[in-house]
Amino acid sequence: MKEEKNKKGEARLMKGNEALAEAAIRADIDAYFGYPITPQSEILEYLEREIPKRHGLVIQAESEVASINMIYGAAGAGARVMTSSSSPGISLMQEGLSYIASAQLPCLVANVVRGGPGLGTIQPSQGDYFQAVKGGGHGDYHLIVLAPASVQEMADFVFDGFRLAEKYRNPAMILTDGALGQMMEKVILPEEGSLKKVETPWATTGKPASRDHNIITSLFIQPEKMEEVNHELQEKYKKIQSEVRFEEIQIKDAEIVLVAFGLSSRICQKTVDLAREKGLKVGLLRPITLYPFPFKRLNELAEQVNFMMSVEMNAGQMVQDVKLAVEGKVPVYFKGRMGGMIPTPEDVLEEIESVLDNEKVLQD
Amino acid sequence: MQKEHEIICAGFGGQGVLSMGSIIAYAGMNEGKEVSWMPSYGPEMRGGTANCIVIVADNRISSPIITKFDTAIVLNQPSLDKFENAVKPGGLLMYEQSTIINPPTRKDIDIVCISAIEEADKLKAKQVANMVMVGAFLEKQPLVKIETIVDTLKKVLPEHRHKLIPINEQALIRGKEIVKETAQVSV
Repeated sequence: MKEEKNKKGEARLMKGNEALAEAAIRADIDAYFGYPITPQSEILEYLEREIPKRHGLVIQAESEVASINMIYGAAGAGARVMTSSSSPGISLMQEGLSYIASAQLPCLVANVVRGGPGLGTIQPSQGDYFQAVKGGGHGDYHLIVLAPASVQEMADFVFDGFRLAEKYRNPAMILTDGALGQMMEKVILPEEGSLKKVETPWATTGKPASRDHNIITSLFIQPEKMEEVNHELQEKYKKIQSEVRFEEIQIKDAEIVLVAFGLSSRICQKTVDLAREKGLKVGLLRPITLYPFPFKRLNELAEQVNFMMSVEMNAGQMVQDVKLAVEGKVPVYFKGRMGGMIPTPEDVLEEIESVLDNEKVLQD
Repeated sequence: MQKEHEIICAGFGGQGVLSMGSIIAYAGMNEGKEVSWMPSYGPEMRGGTANCIVIVADNRISSPIITKFDTAIVLNQPSLDKFENAVKPGGLLMYEQSTIINPPTRKDIDIVCISAIEEADKLKAKQVANMVMVGAFLEKQPLVKIETIVDTLKKVLPEHRHKLIPINEQALIRGKEIVKETAQVSV
């Protein structure tokens, strides 16, 4: 395919992985460090091809552990940096992410999730939800987690991810999956240069006489100091709650609410259409940020609906957060497939109907 | 045209199945429609067969992954076996004649057999058999214009490949003609 720098605002047909990579260049990343793994190798390939012609630095590291520690170093020096991988590779990065979160550095990590556990399969999955939203590595920390549901959002969330990461000096993650990485859709790319560089007075860029040493560390050996740092982090996570984002589809009169993110939210959109054709008042809440999670909105919706159903490509992970959110006000059911399998819109509808049948039996 | 058309293109790797789907998607986008193109990239592809799901729609596309199709375009027997029953009642099943030993048997769909490889051979360009299929499909289902496909090829192909555009155009037109002539084998 012809490579060209496109005119502003022109629609292009791109794979999710390519759109994410092109958005990274347009977000003026200083560097990308990564290691190939299916189903996201196109990101590294695209950047290896494009960055030398344009601007920035791209390095294929010797491993994911090396990648994330290069990110740690470069972020500490105030650079806008990013890496990407898929599930097993992201697991290897967890130690580094914990260090980066503790040292309070901004960076962006894309996880194009594949089926697991273990080396697993290369097919799409959402099995890394817990790892992404609950911390993933050791200690009390959180990533800011964005879940795109289209190729357009694969590009847009690079910008949003950096904006949030830099605002809060916290690592951000784009949690997506193999299908969104591999599929092509229409995308209008964000404009190059539109993501302003932020001031980084904390960066280790060489000490002038005018200020004290800047120190980037995650080692606070005195527990009093370590607790202080933890308080600071927890305060920050409280503030981050205000960044919660979600999308509602046909919620207004909904008696049943599906909760789904990423690819499974696309599948559920179809389920909503199918259900409405049958006269079932089904709506969809799609969390866009997985951390912070829309606890408050789900709790409000629990007053309105008969039940909720979390639809995921895993054994039931987000469903736990949905249950926490509704505080037992309504039943929360779960429909999922695992190991790289994808539930169909009809599967989800069937599950809704079987819940309705059971409820009817109980009432009779 | 209905507001959403869902297509599966399937065959062996190397037959141009994925590019067949992507050119329909590209052309759809260039006519201002919403499109999605979802390839098989998993182990099934590594076994030699490939497929892609293409959706061309007037409105926002919900699920890019679906199991029932308005049209199936198949270029080998395993794909026919797999997708014959995935065509919606009243839908369209197009298959490449020389690659199929056991033809489809359903009575509730429109079945069209296209001798795309033979026609491509006549054009002395085996590799455009997929475009014969696309041309034939567009005669049955005018989702996008042939001219848009040609314009799209100009856009997406690098300059040094532009010499291949006329042969692709001929293949598209030939596909349309075949459908007009005789190819319908059952209704």
